[in-house]
Amino acid sequence: MTVRDIFDSMAYGPAPESNAEVLAWLAGHHAQFGHWIDGKFTTPANMFETRNPATAAVLANVSHGTAADVDLAVAAARRAQPKWAKLSGHQRAKVLYALARLVQKQSRLFAVLESMDNGKPIREARDIDVPLVARHFYYHAGLAQLLPSELPDQQPLGVCGAVIPWNFPLLMLAWKVAPALAAGNTVVLKPAQYTPLTALLFAELSREAGLPKGVLNIITGDGETGAGLVAHPDVNKIAFTGSTAVGRKIREVTAGSGKALTLELGGKSPYIVFDDADIDSAVEGLVDAIWFNQGQVCCAGSRLLVQEGITDVFHAKLKQRMDGLRIGDPLDKCIDIGAIVDPKQLAMITALVDGCKDGEVYHSACTLPSGCYYPPTLITGLSAASPLMQEEIFGPVLVSMTFRTPEEAVQLANNTKYGLAATVWTENINLALDIAPKLRAGIVWVNATNLMDAAAGFGGVRESGFGREGGWEGLLSYLKPALKTRPLPTAKAVSAPTTAEVVGLDRTAKMFIGGKQARPDGGYSRAVWSSKAKLLGHVGLGNRKDIRNAVEAAHAAKGWAKSTAHARAQILFYIAENLSARSTEFAARLRDLTGKPGETEVEASIQRLFSYAAWADKFDGAVKSVPIRGVALAMNEPCGVIAALCPDEAPLLGFISVMAPAIAMGNTCVLVPSETAPLAATDFYQVLETSDLPGGVVNIVTGTHTELAKPMAGHMDIDAMWSFSSQPLSGTIERTAASNIKRTWVNHGLARDWYGPQGEGREFLRAATEVKTIWVPYGE
Amino acid sequence: MQTLIEPLKTQLPQLAHLRNPGMPLDLDWVASVQANTSAIERRAASLGGRRSVKKEFQAAWLLKAISVIDLTTLSGDDTPGRVQRLCAKARQPVSEAMLERLGMTGLTTGAVCVYHDMVETAVRALEGTNIPVAAVSTGFPAGLSPYRLRIAEIGESVKAGAREIDIVISRRHVLTQNWHALYDEMCEMRANCGDAHVKAILATGELGTLRNVARASLICMMAGADFIKTSTGKEGVNATLPVTLTMIRCIRDYQTRTGTKVGYKPAGGIAKAKDALLYQALMKDELGHAWLQPDLFRFGASSLLGDIERQLEHYLTGNYSAANRHAMG
Repeated sequence: MTVRDIFDSMAYGPAPESNAEVLAWLAGHHAQFGHWIDGKFTTPANMFETRNPATAAVLANVSHGTAADVDLAVAAARRAQPKWAKLSGHQRAKVLYALARLVQKQSRLFAVLESMDNGKPIREARDIDVPLVARHFYYHAGLAQLLPSELPDQQPLGVCGAVIPWNFPLLMLAWKVAPALAAGNTVVLKPAQYTPLTALLFAELSREAGLPKGVLNIITGDGETGAGLVAHPDVNKIAFTGSTAVGRKIREVTAGSGKALTLELGGKSPYIVFDDADIDSAVEGLVDAIWFNQGQVCCAGSRLLVQEGITDVFHAKLKQRMDGLRIGDPLDKCIDIGAIVDPKQLAMITALVDGCKDGEVYHSACTLPSGCYYPPTLITGLSAASPLMQEEIFGPVLVSMTFRTPEEAVQLANNTKYGLAATVWTENINLALDIAPKLRAGIVWVNATNLMDAAAGFGGVRESGFGREGGWEGLLSYLKPALKTRPLPTAKAVSAPTTAEVVGLDRTAKMFIGGKQARPDGGYSRAVWSSKAKLLGHVGLGNRKDIRNAVEAAHAAKGWAKSTAHARAQILFYIAENLSARSTEFAARLRDLTGKPGETEVEASIQRLFSYAAWADKFDGAVKSVPIRGVALAMNEPCGVIAALCPDEAPLLGFISVMAPAIAMGNTCVLVPSETAPLAATDFYQVLETSDLPGGVVNIVTGTHTELAKPMAGHMDIDAMWSFSSQPLSGTIERTAASNIKRTWVNHGLARDWYGPQGEGREFLRAATEVKTIWVPYGE
Repeated sequence: MQTLIEPLKTQLPQLAHLRNPGMPLDLDWVASVQANTSAIERRAASLGGRRSVKKEFQAAWLLKAISVIDLTTLSGDDTPGRVQRLCAKARQPVSEAMLERLGMTGLTTGAVCVYHDMVETAVRALEGTNIPVAAVSTGFPAGLSPYRLRIAEIGESVKAGAREIDIVISRRHVLTQNWHALYDEMCEMRANCGDAHVKAILATGELGTLRNVARASLICMMAGADFIKTSTGKEGVNATLPVTLTMIRCIRDYQTRTGTKVGYKPAGGIAKAKDALLYQALMKDELGHAWLQPDLFRFGASSLLGDIERQLEHYLTGNYSAANRHAMG
């Protein structure tokens, strides 16, 4: 083509980014890699190919990690951990800072390698992934520096296993490695099978940052290798980013092991456009939402919800914009969309779209290169029940529906099993800030999308997983309280004596559901005896239906979350006041139940209620210092419905220590009191009844922990489950909780001092809340 | 004699498409306009990373950029001699030898843009070409001289041979939301231009918000502007990519509703070849091919041409160029 021809056609030509340096690096390793263990590469073995999806060319052969390899890596990490943890915060900060600088200094090498291994456009790798990686290490260098002074009572977990996906290979490495290292842990990381190369480059370069050997280990391989790491007995924490299906398996496999776990899983994030939005900007936002990284983004705005009045205009503008997207060679600096990571993924996307029978499919008119590419696609005319409206496609495919009112927008947005992110477009700040808290998601973007930063928490609710990455809240996932632990002995109920003492008028302890006393569904009760063979009363034996009823009541009381923190504080104070008025009676009851004087426990319970009345309006969120003109609000929101097995050993104080933080933060709850000594809690509902607490906020189901644990942990409409039971139920609960990937907080058979600082405070408040990050860019 | 390249198509705006007949003032439309500044800024900021033209494509795009430059001098010390030199540059923007090697002999700039008093000089200096002379008018740059004089000024410039009139709007009508006054003013100015094309200068740097930029853009189009233009070059902030995105989205909406294509002219501050490529990419991606041609797109610039010449020489020789190797405008 002559210059004159181009002058007339004004076509874009090729604008290739050189890959010479990357090819030289690969050649320097003979295009073969072992694992990175204990500061050096192992001899390559059991190799598999990693390909460039854009060209199908083999980039390198990498080793398939065996169980023995995982053992070696975990052992290296274990050896290195004490010394790494013993370094001062400043010393660890210096290494993290050097890592950040290294990423910047080799930024183009990382970007080109990432683009080649993954198929993402060089622009994205260069302008988004790699700068975010550097930013993450900078930020966590800072956290390492401040950690000893800011979180003096915390200690590292030990060896952290990280299993990361192929969509943001280096960025996900940074999200796992930076906080783990900052906190004093060591890491074994398993990159995705399709995209192992940037992790290996990073590991190799980490030597130049002075990272001690064994602190970071990389094991390449497939799902089997990852499963080996997850199941390894000497790993203290698993951090996983990937599909909900695999996340669920990991939850099941790690259940009961005592391993800490954070899961960042799939999504079908709503993208809501109100009729007063800047429509052109909202259309452009979709380019960043669903056509970023070929739509292979867990938080992709993949579910478009448009207000009815602007639907036609919006879809017309959207199609026009789609037609202008350029798809092609990922190393071309003039394209918007690159290659799908692997032909298998392409086949999956194709099958999902081809299987769509009820919608109208629009493919972008852009020219599609041959190979592993999928065109930007919009599917309209779907109903909420359509599989594509519900299932994650993980490709450049947008599905669209309409809504009429803000309320309906929220209902449709929340009509999903996921809860990762949400986007809201409106020029009305009243509307935006009203909608944002109502969306079930860990992240909400207002008039923007896919904004991310190390200072802001990232993570989901529901089946999008639990835990946050980024910010102080992310760091806490790599720490635990610095305490000596001791095992919790299993409590045993006093068995029926041979000669019983029965005095006074029969008084029946009922369950407490929806603010009303309720008989057990099963119609069975158990006698409760004092150690002195006195019959103290009967308690209902709850079953799964009682749990069902209690959960329904807890949901019916969800207005509690909207009540003001001041109102919740007042009620907690009032509960304390009413308990105080009956302290003699409760002390006597506790003496009968425990054989110990009860005054101390009653007094501690009153104090605890005061503590959470105090906390109700003081567990503040934050405004994160993110690098945009705007604010990122970290709001502490209630989890929703929290179910808990209360401690056996402190029948009243334990019950209140669980109940009070939950309701102080706006949750409603279903509580199973001490199995062995339940009557203090059933007496307590009379206190609740006289304290203006709305019905359904606290529901009490009595019974055996072993029978009730499963229906609670498996209940799909419970958002979080805690267990302080002395029964060995932690494994069962964590495993069963995989049903809807609910958050769990269990004791793993370890005791807690309910009278000391361990018995209350931020640990409880964090468990009772989800951090929602609301991004609000501004500017006129 | 130089050979003209497709003169009628590339040099004479009025022959390429129908002029904008305007439409009644639609205040509902104006009121519904939204422009989210931070979102617009993000789009503008990512453009440079998304679009890149290299080698012969870059050369061709830069030559296209030359063909849409309104080569401009708007200084108090302008003299006939200065304007004649500028017109010579407009006729031969790049050395004959370079254009020959590029296969683009006969390339000229889109227009020459001067003050009223220099119109006749420019028209004479451009005789034998189809390069139009554009006159800035209506009390440029502030637009605060007596209204009847501003209107009369248009007629004077048209009489003197200007084929394009760059008027300035009354910014105060935008800042006080006096949309009727803005619409009426623009209608009258358009009427007084007769067959000359009218470019409405919004002085976006003085309108306060992008939403105001969008409203003013729509009203000027409704009142019959053939082009909307960012700036006089005299405001504190002149053409920017966010302002451009705001204005050309209005142009797109106007075309969708009325079927009429309105042109766009960013002016002031576009001095580098790289900037020109960004603007062109934005026009191509947001509005399409038609808006890369001189009948719908102009750069108001004085020093841009020099940088493009240097880039073209770099393309031809592989060596970075120097300003003294190219004729002054």
